[in-house]
Amino acid sequence: MAAPMLRLCCPGRRWALACIDGCSRHRRGAPNGCTSSRKRGQSSVAQQPFITAQKPRKGEHEWAAVVGLEIHAQISSKSKLFSGSQVHFAAPPNSLVSFFDASLPGTLPVLNRRCVEAAVMTGLALNCRINKKSLFDRKHYFYADLPAGYQITQQRLPIAVNGSLVYSFCAGKNRSQVINKTARVKQIQLEQDSGKSLHDDLRSQTLIDLNRAGVGLLEVVLEPDMSCGEEAATAVRELQLILQALGTSQANMAEGQLRVDANISVHHPGEPLGVRTEVKNLNSARFLAKAIDYEIQRQINELENGGEILNETRSFDSKLGCTIPMRDKEGKQDYRFMPEPNLPPLLLYDTESLPAGADPQQVIDIDRIREQLPELPSVTREKLVQQYGMLPEHSFTLLNEVGLLEFFQNVMKETRAEPKKVTSWVLNTLLGFLKQQNLAVSESPVTPSALAELLNLLDRKAISSSAAKQVFEELWRNEGKTPAQIVSEKKLELMQDQEALEQLCHAVMEGHPQVVMDVKKGNPRAINKLIGLVRKVTLSRADPTVIKEILEKKLAS
Amino acid sequence: MLGRTLREVSAALKQGHITPTELCQKCLSIIKKTKFLNAYITVSEEVALKQAEESEKRYKKGHSLGDLDGIPIAVKDNFSTSGIETTCASNMLRGYVPPYNATVVQKLLDQGALLMGKTNLDEFAMGALGSDTGGSTRNPAAHCGLVGLKPSYGLVSRHGLIPLVNSMDVPGILTRCVDDAAIVLGVLAGHDPKDSTTIQDPVKPFVLPSLTDVSKLCIGIPKEYLTPELSSEVRSLWSKAANLFESEGAKVIEVSLPHTSYSIVCYHVLCTSEVASNMARFDGLEYGHRCDIDVSTEAMYAATRREGFNDVVRGRILSGNFFLLKENYENYFVKAQKVRRLIANDFVTVFNSGVDVLLTPTTLSEAVPYTEFIKEDNRTRSAQDDIFTQAANMAGLPAVSVPMALSNQGLPIGLQFIGRAFCDQELLTIARWFEKQVQFPVIQLQELMDDCSSVFENEKLASVSLKQ
Repeated sequence: MAAPMLRLCCPGRRWALACIDGCSRHRRGAPNGCTSSRKRGQSSVAQQPFITAQKPRKGEHEWAAVVGLEIHAQISSKSKLFSGSQVHFAAPPNSLVSFFDASLPGTLPVLNRRCVEAAVMTGLALNCRINKKSLFDRKHYFYADLPAGYQITQQRLPIAVNGSLVYSFCAGKNRSQVINKTARVKQIQLEQDSGKSLHDDLRSQTLIDLNRAGVGLLEVVLEPDMSCGEEAATAVRELQLILQALGTSQANMAEGQLRVDANISVHHPGEPLGVRTEVKNLNSARFLAKAIDYEIQRQINELENGGEILNETRSFDSKLGCTIPMRDKEGKQDYRFMPEPNLPPLLLYDTESLPAGADPQQVIDIDRIREQLPELPSVTREKLVQQYGMLPEHSFTLLNEVGLLEFFQNVMKETRAEPKKVTSWVLNTLLGFLKQQNLAVSESPVTPSALAELLNLLDRKAISSSAAKQVFEELWRNEGKTPAQIVSEKKLELMQDQEALEQLCHAVMEGHPQVVMDVKKGNPRAINKLIGLVRKVTLSRADPTVIKEILEKKLAS
Repeated sequence: MLGRTLREVSAALKQGHITPTELCQKCLSIIKKTKFLNAYITVSEEVALKQAEESEKRYKKGHSLGDLDGIPIAVKDNFSTSGIETTCASNMLRGYVPPYNATVVQKLLDQGALLMGKTNLDEFAMGALGSDTGGSTRNPAAHCGLVGLKPSYGLVSRHGLIPLVNSMDVPGILTRCVDDAAIVLGVLAGHDPKDSTTIQDPVKPFVLPSLTDVSKLCIGIPKEYLTPELSSEVRSLWSKAANLFESEGAKVIEVSLPHTSYSIVCYHVLCTSEVASNMARFDGLEYGHRCDIDVSTEAMYAATRREGFNDVVRGRILSGNFFLLKENYENYFVKAQKVRRLIANDFVTVFNSGVDVLLTPTTLSEAVPYTEFIKEDNRTRSAQDDIFTQAANMAGLPAVSVPMALSNQGLPIGLQFIGRAFCDQELLTIARWFEKQVQFPVIQLQELMDDCSSVFENEKLASVSLKQ
């Protein structure tokens, strides 16, 4: 699963780059990080970045796009939100279905404590106000994979409200400048996932798998504070990292643990917001960005050509790369919300309001969960920059690849090499090899210890950089040898014998009088040629700086 | 033996005067003989006999499980029973065999009770018979000369009870006497982890203290219950009962429940809304009836539901969905909820003023003949039937109907006591005192059986079967 996961989840970096390029062009003159400086509730119109239409007409060449997101994250829990059924991805169809999940009459929901804690923890991490009293509601619609004919959700009074998600871009010449942006979190609500329908068009049948029915979801609603596909994708990526850091969701998009619906509209700056469309079920960061950008452009084209935007639900066709209206009635139906009569209000406590002598098994203490909050990705990145003098963009890459940060930290534990050197090896060499072969960090044939040993050899100048590359390639082949073994077998140690080196230099100079002449005539590049020739006869085992020193001495004499 | 109370039968079983199997067979035979009454949807003869056999073994070893061991019980067909068809008297659930027992059924079986079968009801209990949503335990009890107890909402688990209105449904208990109701309540009451609306506090055993002095009691007589439709016979029994309390030294006062008159219409909105929601699951996919149409999923839903539900159910689903529409929600559902709160607050006010229990009629009159009964449509009928009983469901209060006397026609008439929430024991204690005073005649089932053949020629079924 890891290979497709990497492919699908991590192109965020590439897209983030594209977005900065694309957005900053339109945002010329506007202050950086404008979103975060905006006051809550204030109209966002004036500060929206503009997207230039393809065929601008006089006076209406500027468009602003507004994007809001509804993100469904599957809660990482042993059992479902309201039943004792296990939660597993890829279990045999209908093998994880309790009587309640199949909506047998007379069965009742029983709230899973773990799911509530996950919601509270996520709410705290997203700076939300946690509601000490929240309610459950029934949302009705008929669908084959919704056995009860309604979904239990939190429509009226959700568990967490009024938070914020800060996400960052690297920008500037060397991508060394970090721009923070904020998307407001309207609310987080607990709700049930539906089952899965598999349409067999050949036999015109729909097969239902209820394994997923009733799994706990966190619906995170982001206000329309984003303005293009890349911003949305970056925000989702940051949320994904936060959920993973908290352990509240595995948030793996390829496995459907994180699904996004995007609300999109365009308008002229200074005018009221346009009619929005909703693009549903975006299941990868790449498609999310693509779908949003396509939809923005589609709406602009539509309006420029005198058309109008319908308030409709659309889906993204990843093969055609475009959004299409869903004929599904899901668009505008009346969900006939009703309070869930089988669940009393969900009451939460903090240290102050905790009833004396309350059974800790029966109450949830918000303050205790707050104490258990782990380090969030933004803090981790900041620490990396401070502790290791790392470029911000490198800290982003380390966190964006699953397991890469841990790998880096394990190498750091065992090596004396400079952090910058380690960063470069991990991000360039290791990640390059991994990407080339579509492997996850966990599948790397080179272990952190092996890389640490290799970097130690390099650090104490036992081998040259190019020899180190060679050793790495050998390690990648994974024949069970240590870097030291490879070095000794391949005779890759640096030549330490000064006298022997001097003799070799002498011989090379003797053999290439023309080049020596060039140097003496003042061609500064000629010495590099000599260095190269010496290295060649040493089989690349000599330190080029040492060679250079010897040659310079000899040439000067 | 069949006319005896649970306590008496239990004692007879312990002393070996009768065996569980003999008792079970007697019951089965009377069920067969009264088949024309259509009281049972499913008779679980085999299961019952097997349970009886096991009970008998326990008695022989002297290891009886308690007062309910070997006692025959019947369960309304909207309680899930593992391995026994549970239909709610609906085409929709014809052939549906639940894979689990309702918590209350399981509790009774754990005590060694013998399950005779599943009794009939209006489709999905939308009329007046067994579990209690608007009076469906107390009304039939009043008409049949039985004790019908609707416990406090949250005291007894609803898990496995196929819902009508989740926020008002309560498993009801029908027994011959108040003591028996207390015994069964003692078995059924308590927190069920499978039902989040049951109370967490541990429930004390329901042993009724014997009440001899009622002089410290205050009995409330709600004036709004004196409606024009109330039959004069019931009215005079009601005032006789009030006098009885007063003559024994109790304080009897008139009280007001001003919002009670809105109870029926409020109930209509809340009930139909919950019904619309609860019935959404019957789509023919996972269980129950499924039509033959397979053009599309939507067409299958539509035909399945049209075939599966009767007019009353369909009508309630349609009105419920209307009330829940976004544009109507505030005007109907939310308002009805507010009215419900007012109704509940009426009771709180009355009880806070020092009233211990309320004494009211259970029904407007004695049971009416079938020909009269079917004259009214279901809605009017349930409005009339539930007029005195429904408010207790709205407020979640415990209420019990106790038979008082026979009418001139020889038909039973019961009166209702309504108590404070979760004061079920206090309520039953007062009900038992009343039961003792009025000495309602015991039904002579044997005589009924003997006269069964003549019954149809002689319409006066009840008068021959009951002895004053």
